Amino acid sequence: MSRLRRQAPVLAVIAAGGVLGALARHGAASLQADAGTGWPWAILVVNVSGCLLIGVLMAVLLDLTAPHRLLRPFLGIGVLGGYTTFSTYAVDTQRLLADGRVAAALTYYLVTPVLALSAVWIGTAATRALRGRRRA
Amino acid sequence: MTLLLVAAGAAVGAPLRYVVDRWVQLRLDGAFPWGTLVVNVVGSFVLGLVLGSPSRDPELVALLATGFCGALTTYSTFGYETLRLLEDGAWSRGAANVLVSMGAGLGAAALGWTLAW
Repeated sequence: MSRLRRQAPVLAVIAAGGVLGALARHGAASLQADAGTGWPWAILVVNVSGCLLIGVLMAVLLDLTAPHRLLRPFLGIGVLGGYTTFSTYAVDTQRLLADGRVAAALTYYLVTPVLALSAVWIGTAATRALRGRRRA
Repeated sequence: MTLLLVAAGAAVGAPLRYVVDRWVQLRLDGAFPWGTLVVNVVGSFVLGLVLGSPSRDPELVALLATGFCGALTTYSTFGYETLRLLEDGAWSRGAANVLVSMGAGLGAAALGWTLAW
């Protein structure tokens, strides 16, 4: 019971953050008129920008002496976790393959992880560099 | 209405991702991000089932696809956990996380898509 009581606020802020992130993703995806049929550039932008932001967030959190215990669950697990999506990445690749657009599918399938992992690294490295300069 | 359905799906999907991740991570090798892999693969399967159906309903898509599956799965945590493995020098585990996530994610999506009715 005490474990549940301790976890309840964590679950609540993850749910709230997840709703905000999912609504932001829904808004971004609706910018692409042919979202259900075309090459999924809007979701690519969502996933890459979310990866850039998680890199920044985790570097900032490590720098704080005593971050609030709900900050990482809310922003990292909730907002950014709800904003980015792996399932849409996988199913959009499958949809392009099912349409016979093999080159478009493979490009999307390979470009997403390359850009996403680069974005996490850039977000982390840029935040660390700024922090180092501020302290110098 | 669509926004409410997206919000309702995400309000369940995001905390479920955390609970499943914790549950899996407590039971399996802690050095590999199994929890994120599990939610991403399961979410890809469910999304394949929802979007692969020719008779899909727009309200079901908002609730289950955009809301639930979108929030259950995550690219940012997958990317962050992979970078952590690579920075720690665990190159093979980092590469395995990328390759297994991509392979199992697409395989699960294709399976769901094929089984959809």
